[in-house]
Amino acid sequence: MSTGAHTEPLVRVEDIHTYYGKSHILHGVSLEVGHGEIVGLLGRNGVGKSTTLKAIMGLVHPTRGEVLLESQSVGHLPAHRVARLGIGYVPEDRRIFRLLTVSENLRTGLDGRGVSEARKKELLDMVFDYFPVLAERRSQAGGTLSGGEQQMLAIARAMMLEPKIILLDEPTEGLMPRMVSQIRHIIHVLRREGVAVLLVEQNVPLTLEASERVYFMEKGQVRHQAVASELHADHEVVHKYLGV
Amino acid sequence: MPTTRSFTSIWEYDLLEQILIQTINGIVVGMILALVASGLTLIFGIMDVVNFAHGELFMLGAYVGVVTLAATGNFWLALIVATLVVAALGAAIHVTTLRPLLGRDPLNTILVTFGVSLVLQNYALWQFGPVARKINEPFVGHFNLFYLEYPWYRLMIALLSAAIIGALWLFLKYSTYGVWIRATTQDRVMAQAMGIPVPRLLTLVFAIGSGMAAASGVLFGPLVGVNHAMGLDWVLKAFIVVVVGGMGNLVGSIAAAIFISLTESYASLWVSPSQAIIVSFVVLILTLLLRPTGLFVPTPK
Repeated sequence: MSTGAHTEPLVRVEDIHTYYGKSHILHGVSLEVGHGEIVGLLGRNGVGKSTTLKAIMGLVHPTRGEVLLESQSVGHLPAHRVARLGIGYVPEDRRIFRLLTVSENLRTGLDGRGVSEARKKELLDMVFDYFPVLAERRSQAGGTLSGGEQQMLAIARAMMLEPKIILLDEPTEGLMPRMVSQIRHIIHVLRREGVAVLLVEQNVPLTLEASERVYFMEKGQVRHQAVASELHADHEVVHKYLGV
Repeated sequence: MPTTRSFTSIWEYDLLEQILIQTINGIVVGMILALVASGLTLIFGIMDVVNFAHGELFMLGAYVGVVTLAATGNFWLALIVATLVVAALGAAIHVTTLRPLLGRDPLNTILVTFGVSLVLQNYALWQFGPVARKINEPFVGHFNLFYLEYPWYRLMIALLSAAIIGALWLFLKYSTYGVWIRATTQDRVMAQAMGIPVPRLLTLVFAIGSGMAAASGVLFGPLVGVNHAMGLDWVLKAFIVVVVGGMGNLVGSIAAAIFISLTESYASLWVSPSQAIIVSFVVLILTLLLRPTGLFVPTPK
């Protein structure tokens, strides 16, 4: 299933179960993401896509099953340890630190990891190069940015951790349609930097275009997987798992 | 025409002097209060913990100051030792009682800090007895303020408190831990997802807040005497300040501390100081009624 030269996938989720209070959210989710691979995760609202990302990030701890990062079990680690091991998280509502400046938002992932000053500058130059608007607004409070700019900042912030994979939760949610091409650009940037992406999206055409493989979730389980290029938004599989 | 003052003009002149004196008093007490309250508001802001043991950390700081001063005779050493010892105690309290409650209902943390405050207060009573101890001022100079001999030490308290608060501000603004603390205050879950070691950071903040309470205790000790119940008044006032200043808002707390102290000072021109404290409650009630997010915070958009 994994692609590329590596035999072991970057992230492997094995049969995880999670609970929120008494309600059983994930009923044994299994999936894999290879090194540098862009993988889509599709499904209707409330089937457990976001929870799957949270479980990988260590924000929700599975009661059963395993999350493996490069064969190392991370399912029981607190999120800050998981982040330092190389998983970046861009949540659904972006969750910019609104009162921190753009620079300070980026610093949260850059400082305290023993990164050299030269490397810090390199990383900042890279994201300012990809997203020049962030450089312009670097001393502005994060909360004053527009939705699209905040999305760029959320992704740039995750990139400060030099992650091997970024978990991207509904990046187009709440953005104006013309901003969707920005998201396409961002995913392209991540691909070019060799960062793997696990993408949760409602926008099916975008997901199919950006991803190499897609998983379909239903009722807290992965029910189907496919090569993205073999599907289109009108395909019967898409209708089966996403149609109303 | 002979320039004799009329009765009213003399009265006005005296009132002006008194107002100036009370202004200085209000600012001095306000700065100490700001020092106590900024620790409290920092802790509340980042972990939603209402720390009922804050006054006891203030009191213990004063006692550690008494003991160190007795042993070494050096006030400044006593100030530093008290700050560090109580900061370490704060870290220990956080790790043993608050960290296990992380993510629980805030009511649990109120109960646990209240319990800690009872333990600390009774420990102090048992260890040091009911008789108030004295901390000698590090210097005893005075200067003339109208009809008063005003101690230099009081002014120094205000300056030193301002310096400590200023240092805290610079730390929060520029250091890595400062950025982490502000990020965690805004969104703890996202801070964790950015690799910020949140549990360790919370312990650090609790230690900083405790150390600041202890420093205020030592600084204020010479003015009131040290006893096991001295924390109660302060924590009560500090809570009023934190609410009036906007929960978790550092700048707001400092402004509110000075505002409330000044109001009390001015009120005590007309009523006795023990009645003047009512003014703080009036301010608190009006704040809760009219602007429950705090007086000194920008209007939310």
